[in-house]
Amino acid sequence: MLYLKMAWRNIWRNKRRTLITMASIVMAVVLSAVMSSMQEGQYDQMIDNTVGSFTGHIQIQQAEYKDEPNLDHSLRINEVLFRQVEETAGVKAVVPRIDSYALAGGLHKTKAAMIAGIDIEAEKHLSEPDQKVISGRYFNSNSEHAVLISAGLADYLNVQTGDSLVLISSGFHGVSAADLIPIKGVLKFGIPDMNNGMVYMPLQTAQEFFGAYNRVTALAVMAQDAKGIHEVAQRLSSQLPDDYKVYGWQELMPELIQAIEADRGSGQIILMVLYMVVGFGILGTVLMMTAERKFEFGVLLSIGTSRFVIGLTLILEMATITILGTISGIIASLPFIYYFNINPMEFTGQAAAAIEEYGMEPFIRFSTDPSIIINQAMIVLVITLLISIYPLIHTKRINPVEAMRH
Amino acid sequence: MSIIQVRNISKIYNKEHIPVRALNGIDLDINKGEFTAIVGPSGSGKTTLLNIIGGLDTPTEGSVNIHGTDMFSLKDRKLIDFRLHHIGFVFQAYNLIPVLTALENVMFILQMQGRPHKECVARGMELLKQVGLEDKVDKRPSELSGGQQQRVAVARALASKPDFVLADEPTANLDSKSTSDLLDMMLQLNELGETTFIFSTHDQRVVDRAKRVLTLVDGEIETDEVR
Ligand SMILES: Nc1ncnc2c1ncn2[C@@H]1O[C@H](COP(=O)(O)OP(=O)(O)OP(=O)(O)O)[C@@H](O)[C@H]1O
Ligand SMILES: [Mg+2]
Repeated sequence: MLYLKMAWRNIWRNKRRTLITMASIVMAVVLSAVMSSMQEGQYDQMIDNTVGSFTGHIQIQQAEYKDEPNLDHSLRINEVLFRQVEETAGVKAVVPRIDSYALAGGLHKTKAAMIAGIDIEAEKHLSEPDQKVISGRYFNSNSEHAVLISAGLADYLNVQTGDSLVLISSGFHGVSAADLIPIKGVLKFGIPDMNNGMVYMPLQTAQEFFGAYNRVTALAVMAQDAKGIHEVAQRLSSQLPDDYKVYGWQELMPELIQAIEADRGSGQIILMVLYMVVGFGILGTVLMMTAERKFEFGVLLSIGTSRFVIGLTLILEMATITILGTISGIIASLPFIYYFNINPMEFTGQAAAAIEEYGMEPFIRFSTDPSIIINQAMIVLVITLLISIYPLIHTKRINPVEAMRH
Repeated sequence: MSIIQVRNISKIYNKEHIPVRALNGIDLDINKGEFTAIVGPSGSGKTTLLNIIGGLDTPTEGSVNIHGTDMFSLKDRKLIDFRLHHIGFVFQAYNLIPVLTALENVMFILQMQGRPHKECVARGMELLKQVGLEDKVDKRPSELSGGQQQRVAVARALASKPDFVLADEPTANLDSKSTSDLLDMMLQLNELGETTFIFSTHDQRVVDRAKRVLTLVDGEIETDEVR
């Protein structure tokens, strides 16, 4: 109690320095927490862009589809199998897909487009096409003879709702696939690649178009909890026949994982520099605190105060400054993080173009995962506390006579 | 029976480069209840001698025995603890812990000794009363005059009922009124409480009040006069 009281009063002896030191800790926590939240938010978004809106958490594919993704390696499905997947613990939704490519043509131009044959209800759990309709209407049956076309593609081909689209492709086992099919509506995607080349078709219509009756290229599975994907994938894998392969999204997109890891690494270098800057700032404070109180420590030691107690009060002082700074830092970073979580940071102009180039939407929604802030705060706390060990070493060396000579 | 036995103390500073012989074969016995002044020209070794008796500095040669304890055979931690329990210190200035009040400063020593809080408060109050500062108990050092600060320092030095109090020029920073007040108080504590005081001074008026005067010249005791 006595030591805490002394420490508390001591830190306010030099208010300005204490506040500056605290401010630097607050800055460090805020900067590192905000930066990490931004990065992690970006990664969540990258994952969400692909996983949440297209791939799904888990995919069930035919064994060879991963290496050679074409209709010949599609899966035959039936009600029983579908149910079995759907009723597996932890599964939220099963979304069948028949994906392939076709040449899409308007009146004057053609372009390669991705054809996604979707279950019109299940797909609402994944790419939410019903939410993306900007003109026309969403499908109302799985056998409807119509397509929804992405806005970028519609612009390029110069077609609109009510026009017809020419689609030419090859189907299951090389059958030729061609159709003239009405455009029921236009879909606006945030992800540029999708916006520039997607055609959605109801599942049965697509199966007929490709001559792939009762077949899908994949069953996308959404898990109830994004963190439990691994367990769900294992459960599915053990239930299904051997030629049905179950992949977690991490396996389907190793490049994405690598890109995230690489980016996280470069972020960590910046954070390290930040930690060092703060570390040296705090070291400066500690050095000044010990140097200017040399005489006082000399007196304390002379009258019989143990070196341990002197070191302890110094550590308590630094710990108080550090802990107050860290807590204020956490509190100060919350508004930033929540603000940018609710109002994602938007990019315009060149920055936006650069981000879109990477196939991402030009905004960043900050992550509010509390472990990010806690981690950053802990790192700063540990660094400052480590630096505060210096007084202990220092007090070992104080010589009372020398300390009190002026 | 003497409480301090100083035997053949020599101190040579700066042994490697230009050696300075600060003390040269000092022998000295201090008895309980003494009120001893150490005088001598600047540089004669007063501070060095007091530091060595107080266990703050180590002699190049010789020994100091306090109540049968050979002080320089003690390890650093033991020596610090020895000072805490057996020796009171008053320095020339800036004696007090700036962030503690007068009472807290006096209590500090007792708290270091692990005494119960109540006892610390009671003894602290009693001592501040003895030095005439009962109305200043809650003041910080910065709110006290130089003379008042020195009295608090004396009160603190007495807190643990030490074997003796060492004071290196305790009045050097005080005006003559404060000097004589502080001396009155020290004499009173010496006479009523039998506290042993050893102090150095340049001030003739302080020397005049001492009961024993040691004169140091060039690191040697030139005269030892008991009045
Ligand atoms: N740390 C040191 N290193 C080198 N020489 C020292 C040191 N401390 C004291 N001396 C020298 O030792 C001698 C005695 O010094 P000391 O401080 O004991 O004298 P003093 O009698 O207290 O003087 P003053 O009246 O000025 O306080 C002086 O010559 C001084 O220069
Ligand atoms: Mg001196």
